[in-house]
Amino acid sequence: LHPESQRVQLQGRCGSCTEFLIHHLFVPEFDGKNVSSVMGFESNQLPANAPIEDRRSAATCLQTRGMLLGVICSLFGVLIHFFALSERLFYYIAVSLLPHDTLCELEASVEAGRAFSPILQWHKHPNDYFTREAQSLYFNSLRTYWQELIDLTSPGDVPDTREALLNAFKRLDNDISLEAQVGDASAFLHYWVLRVAFSGATACVAHIDGPDLYIANAGDARAVLGVQEEDGSFSAHTLSNDHNAQNDSEVARIRSEHPHSERKTVIRQDRLLGQLMPFRAFGDVKFKWSIELQKRVLESGPDQLHENEHTKFIPPNYHTPPYLTAEPEITYHRLRPKDRFLVIGSDGLWETLHRQEVIRIVGEYLTGVHQRQPLKVGGYKVTLGQMQGLLEERKARMSSAFEDQNSTTHLMRHAVGNNEFGTVDHERLSKMLSLPEELARMYRDDITIIVTQFNPHVIGAQRQDDES
Amino acid sequence: VSGDSQLPPVPGQARVVICGGGIVGTSVAYHLAKLGWTDIVLLEQGRLGAGTTRLCAGILSMAKPISIESQMANYSSSLYQQLEEETGVKTGYVKTGSLCLAQNQDRFISLKRLATRLKVLGINCNIIKPKEIAKLHPLVNIHDLVGALHLPDDAVVSSPDVNHALAVAAARQGVQILDRTAVQQVVVEKGHVMAVETDRGSIECEYFVNCAGQWAYELGQASEVKVSVPLHGCEHFYLLTKPLQEPLAPNTPVIIDMDGRMYARLWQGGLLSGGFEKNPKPIFTEGRNQLEIQNMQEDWDHFEPMLGALLRRMPHIETAEIHQLVNCPESFTPDMRCLMGETPGVSGYYVLAGMNSSGLAFAGGAGKYLAEWMTYGYPSANVWPLDIKRFGNLQSSRTFLRHRVMEVMQPRVQTHSFEFLPYDFWRYLLSLDQSKTFYKPDWFDIVGAEVKCCKEAVCVIDMSSFTKFELTSTGDQALELLQYLCANDLDVPVGHIVHTGMLNERGGYENDCSVVRLSKNSFFIISPTDQQVHCWSWIKKHMPNDPHLHLEDVSWKYTALNLIGPRAMDVLAELSYVSMTPEHFPSMFCKEMSVGYANGIRVMSMTHTGEPGFMLYIPIEYALHVYNEVMSVGQKYGIRNSGYYALRSLRIEKFFAFWGQDLDTFTTPLECGREFRVKFDKDTNFLGREALLQQRQEGVFRRFVMLVLEDHDTELDLWPWWGEPVYRSGQLAGTTTSSAYSYTLERHVCLGFVSPPPGPEGLPMPITPDFINRGDYEVNIAGQRYPAKAKLYPFSSLFTQQKRRKEDMELSNLQGK
Repeated sequence: LHPESQRVQLQGRCGSCTEFLIHHLFVPEFDGKNVSSVMGFESNQLPANAPIEDRRSAATCLQTRGMLLGVICSLFGVLIHFFALSERLFYYIAVSLLPHDTLCELEASVEAGRAFSPILQWHKHPNDYFTREAQSLYFNSLRTYWQELIDLTSPGDVPDTREALLNAFKRLDNDISLEAQVGDASAFLHYWVLRVAFSGATACVAHIDGPDLYIANAGDARAVLGVQEEDGSFSAHTLSNDHNAQNDSEVARIRSEHPHSERKTVIRQDRLLGQLMPFRAFGDVKFKWSIELQKRVLESGPDQLHENEHTKFIPPNYHTPPYLTAEPEITYHRLRPKDRFLVIGSDGLWETLHRQEVIRIVGEYLTGVHQRQPLKVGGYKVTLGQMQGLLEERKARMSSAFEDQNSTTHLMRHAVGNNEFGTVDHERLSKMLSLPEELARMYRDDITIIVTQFNPHVIGAQRQDDES
Repeated sequence: VSGDSQLPPVPGQARVVICGGGIVGTSVAYHLAKLGWTDIVLLEQGRLGAGTTRLCAGILSMAKPISIESQMANYSSSLYQQLEEETGVKTGYVKTGSLCLAQNQDRFISLKRLATRLKVLGINCNIIKPKEIAKLHPLVNIHDLVGALHLPDDAVVSSPDVNHALAVAAARQGVQILDRTAVQQVVVEKGHVMAVETDRGSIECEYFVNCAGQWAYELGQASEVKVSVPLHGCEHFYLLTKPLQEPLAPNTPVIIDMDGRMYARLWQGGLLSGGFEKNPKPIFTEGRNQLEIQNMQEDWDHFEPMLGALLRRMPHIETAEIHQLVNCPESFTPDMRCLMGETPGVSGYYVLAGMNSSGLAFAGGAGKYLAEWMTYGYPSANVWPLDIKRFGNLQSSRTFLRHRVMEVMQPRVQTHSFEFLPYDFWRYLLSLDQSKTFYKPDWFDIVGAEVKCCKEAVCVIDMSSFTKFELTSTGDQALELLQYLCANDLDVPVGHIVHTGMLNERGGYENDCSVVRLSKNSFFIISPTDQQVHCWSWIKKHMPNDPHLHLEDVSWKYTALNLIGPRAMDVLAELSYVSMTPEHFPSMFCKEMSVGYANGIRVMSMTHTGEPGFMLYIPIEYALHVYNEVMSVGQKYGIRNSGYYALRSLRIEKFFAFWGQDLDTFTTPLECGREFRVKFDKDTNFLGREALLQQRQEGVFRRFVMLVLEDHDTELDLWPWWGEPVYRSGQLAGTTTSSAYSYTLERHVCLGFVSPPPGPEGLPMPITPDFINRGDYEVNIAGQRYPAKAKLYPFSSLFTQQKRRKEDMELSNLQGK
């Protein structure tokens, strides 16, 4: 899958090697009615697995205000089926955000077979594709969800964003689980829903509406805000917690949910039951269902499933399920004009670069300022020849900083190619990108990045409006 | 150091207030005082010469792209030379000479062209070979050089000292100089400067001069009626070295390497070297409070290309030690020419700024011209290329200026451009595709086909950029005003078009326009594009303050399409169902008609080329429709789009003069054979009449002629542009003003002025037809002389349909655009 990377090695340079999955969009500043606080976003993916297991999504909510951006990373295996998750999740969120009255209109339209106004406008890359399979099944689940929401709310109700995000995550995970338990008359679809349920995925989703930024995170992807300080430098402000063994409160949470006897086994070798790295995820029902349920569902399922590695083994020390949850942790942040951009990246990014470094690289890229120490002659004796040598060296050392068309590509290049001096080493970069498929996974993880740029003027104006 | 209490008080009243104590402001003060002005106050917000003047590289070169600039530099040179004697202040003047190097043949040709132009001005210069360069400057690496232009009279000087000397001389003549006094606002009443408010009190005044350099734009904005001063600051770097180990002679020439984008001069035993980078750094976009000019930062990484260029040119100075890298911001204008003159909106408000890094070279001459302007109403030379009125509102946007400054800093292909007169935005756009060669350009055949189409079928040219005014009144005020302003008679029947000049008191052309009498009391005035601001202010200046007389700029309301060619009448007839033959629609008439579905289109039977055809003035909302209709109906007549090059070729072969290129404020109708367009026979007084009558009596001393090149190989020889010296019987007789290849004559045609040599007492001699007709003419293109035939009248064979329209000929086809 790396024809381009190989070409790179042959040519000995790395012009646009990582740009094969670039995603670049600029939201028009004025769409007539609402001025968006999001100026635009850029995204890119670098696969280590074939095909890439991560998924990035972006959409604008049409019935309510706000924009959704998210990174979904699947755990284990080649699960193209799971791509549907990101679409479903956004629809669940969008529906959860709808006021009661809009939900009623929606239901009425569907009931009468009328066309209804779309809920989401997707911002897709040409390489992205929609999942066609199981659409009616998914639609029915979604419809059941909004029907329940209609019953649960009363006219005039407008949902709270935090609640909506929480409910959407939990409900979707529930539906995935339920669909697998119920099965389907079609053998193919039955197999499909089971595979979805037995594979897992983490999600980190941002909802941005004016100055209000919500992050819903389940798993180990991360959202970090780039804040521009008064002196022009950038600092990182983390908006989500990783749900893994490095997070003490997560460890405490898991331990508190299970009997004391499991204290040692529930987290082993920094993994959930010694197996799973993230502590929260969608699907992965073998960490959620009881052993009986797992057996029953698998036995009734299609035969092909038994050849699948992931479904075979019950995790060791499996006593008090569920161990895994898809409940997201919600963070709220009120955007300030100095909050310039938001980076949502899969764990592959944060493993290779420190968050402060990520923010610096993106910030400097976006502002076009490469913060190098300016050269001063001061009182030293320097000849013209020496100075020229020095300047040429500095020029050469300057990485291909501004060659990239896209901030995420630029970041990717650093993530993969950084040497010990914190600058891009082109040889290293070419090597890393041209690793054979089977080796790639050993050296690097999938990397998916979305960088969202904010419009400080709009944010400033909106804050003033709110305050006055 | 001292508090306000120690500053002298600000006078309550003055005749002139000059803002800016740099070399430009002090030069204006100096020259005003010389011309007898008293009661002058010069204000400086900091200390004298603390801005760009303090850090100027101090090179005084006369090698400038246009003649008026070379003239200014020439004057500055002689002024600075004698300043030390006049004032006793040392100015550091050393006549070192300068070398403009050429790394390639193109550059060399452009230097040769420059040399011919400088020689006409009497400036000493020679084209020299690389070996001679090495003799003049031992450090220069000559291996990659083709040659150089040597100007022995160029000099280096210390600009803060010149600044000081000018201030001393001005103060001696009574100019009051107040430093640490900042102008806050210029008070305007009824369109006239009334007072200047400073941070230390206000001064009533009649005249205000904005010489604020970097801050001139902002100062313009700080006026009750905002004044647009289109310039933008840009960082500029140069390097100073410590004294060289092997010292150079003090008169070692200045090196200017345009291809290497660098210059170098001797400085206190070491070198001073700077350059113009490919990626300039605009500065002060947000205004002066952002940064102080005093603490600009060095940027070595930015200077790297210039240092590289210097070391390539002088490899031996590698061992020289660095003293300092100086960051000296300069201000640049959209066309790299300075801004001079009275502003169009506010009378009494003058500007002299935007020196494009040549402040030292221009300050003397520019100060003199501005002082003359204020004293006599206009300088003693044609300064239109520098006139601030060449810019309109388009160029005053801060964003435009910021982006433009990054473009103009590029060493433009100024030497390569065919017609580098980007007077304004429109022209600038037009110049983008200009050919980058000195020889036959690649568009030659395309334009040839367009010209052929104009002669045989029909072409469309978009002329929307032309300036269009409407003058209306309730009574006959409009006619009275135009009769006074225009040389030609405008009391014509409704629907007639009159070509006329608007003359100044000297009889020179302030504008050359076509005026249409739309109705008894309303007129439509069409002028060249770059006249938009200038013509507006000229008319406004002479317009009585009468509420019943109204002038409106309708340039943006009409799209203008020029339909040229014998079949134009067929196209229009089909679109309007009206016969367009000369019997029904004689030449030089205007009718409001419908074309296609569009109504109210002003159709005029003139084309600005002498070819048959029509101008359509279309309300913009219909423009696309009419254009599409014309193109679709025109198909069967062989219609095609055409451009200005075709237009120029057509007008030049017919000997039509164009304002701004051939005509200027010093040219009278008598000098360019347009006496028939002056209403001498009428008893109406008009501006310039006296001067013309006197000239008619005394005779003209120069004459607009057409020169047809002979023995000039279009394929192989250099092409003439403009500004080439013209020789008559071996003697310099004048210069060309424009030229074009005539596809009909298959020759190059140059237009220009010639004058006889001065008489026995050095007095100018009247020119006679004999002088023109007898004599062997030559045109000097970059040092090579080509024989030419001089003509006073156009080739009559060029005019088609001549017999049929003979009676219209005199009026219509001698028009001048």
